[in-house]
Amino acid sequence: MYRPAWFAAVSIALAMSLAWAISAPRARFTPGQWERLGLTGDAVAGRLVFFEGGCDSCHMKPGQTDPMQLGGGLELKTPFGSFYPPNISSDPSDGIGLWRSVDLANALLAGVSPKAQHYYPALPYPSYRHMDLQDVADLMAFLRTAPAIKGRAPAHSLALPFSIRRGIGFWKLLFLDDHTVASRRNQNPQWRRGEYLVDGPGHCGECHTPRNWMGAMKVQNYLEGVHSGDRKDDVPSLVSGDFATWSREDIVTALTGGFTPVGDVLGGEMTSVVRNLARLPQADREAIAIYLKSSHRRQDHIAAP
Amino acid sequence: MKTIWFTVLAIACGVGAASAVSDAIAQRRALMKSDGIAAKKLYDMAKGAAPFNLKVAQESLNTMAEAAEKTPLLFPDDSKSGGGTAALPAIWENKADFDARFAKFRKDVATAINATKDEITFKTVAPTVFENCGGCHELYKAKSG
Repeated sequence: MYRPAWFAAVSIALAMSLAWAISAPRARFTPGQWERLGLTGDAVAGRLVFFEGGCDSCHMKPGQTDPMQLGGGLELKTPFGSFYPPNISSDPSDGIGLWRSVDLANALLAGVSPKAQHYYPALPYPSYRHMDLQDVADLMAFLRTAPAIKGRAPAHSLALPFSIRRGIGFWKLLFLDDHTVASRRNQNPQWRRGEYLVDGPGHCGECHTPRNWMGAMKVQNYLEGVHSGDRKDDVPSLVSGDFATWSREDIVTALTGGFTPVGDVLGGEMTSVVRNLARLPQADREAIAIYLKSSHRRQDHIAAP
Repeated sequence: MKTIWFTVLAIACGVGAASAVSDAIAQRRALMKSDGIAAKKLYDMAKGAAPFNLKVAQESLNTMAEAAEKTPLLFPDDSKSGGGTAALPAIWENKADFDARFAKFRKDVATAINATKDEITFKTVAPTVFENCGGCHELYKAKSG
């Protein structure tokens, strides 16, 4: 006996449960899997990871100058609405004081919270997911040394449909494919270090790469800058344009003190980037310069089969 | 006839006002450009990338002093956008802080001009000049170069 209404209802229910299933947040590690890696975090090493990633640039409480005041709440204005990076201080209820290393690993590498929810990619896990696991363990150890700060950041204020957090599951399916994972082959250790810093924790591409209408980096235009027509919103290319005239030495100088070859000083968001990178060993800034000036960057080797 | 003259006058005034605005943007951009060229020379000498030259140091510091004197006067309320400006709205929201930072910059450049007698005195005082750049650019200038 053929009953159309019944059939339609079952189909819709099936489609909805399928959509629910494929958009499910998937943690990278279970606590047991992480335990078996046997990683021990070192807070001193983690301090450098913290400045490589520039955690404070977004999570420092607005109006503070101490990068360890990680109370969150800075407004990040985007075409999708306003994001407010949360409190990542060591406060057990308002911050991440109760997090285990596996929680940080799943947040940074998979964009999944300890409560098994998706994080919005305003947390740049499309880049952070390239991070070394030891670095994640070290970073967790360092974050535990940050002072506890009370108070939560405001909830994100986003327009529909972006306010539906579950939708991020589809976004991840579309844009977090393995093709964007760096290959790191056939290059010397300095180049690989530069690649790691730029593509991984440093997340340079998150601002220096144009985004598509769904807010994902256009990988084929990786690091080519954003050219909006309004100089205030532009982000320079790290491939061509003025940057092509920069030497490795120029890059190191700019990342150490902010001075560019024309005597300008990097401003806006780059100020805190420079402040953080200036705390790294000189060799790391040199590695970034070597990678950025090489012709074997990510967009080249992702094109290879 | 009167109407025509009135129209001409009105247009002339309008054009005058418009060009005054774009002039302010063009002038402050030119000043900051020369400030940057001077800063680059000073910066290279301070970190040893270029040989020290007292005359170049003094000239460059004087260029900076001029920029520090004139630039803050070139941000009228109607020059917030256009003309390729990278000035952020925060300037007009925090005008007192903006002006105070320029005042400190002027003071530090003046101190540097008086203190710079040779390479050693220059290298001692130069960092106090440079530390002014980043603070303003972070808050008041869009990131692009």
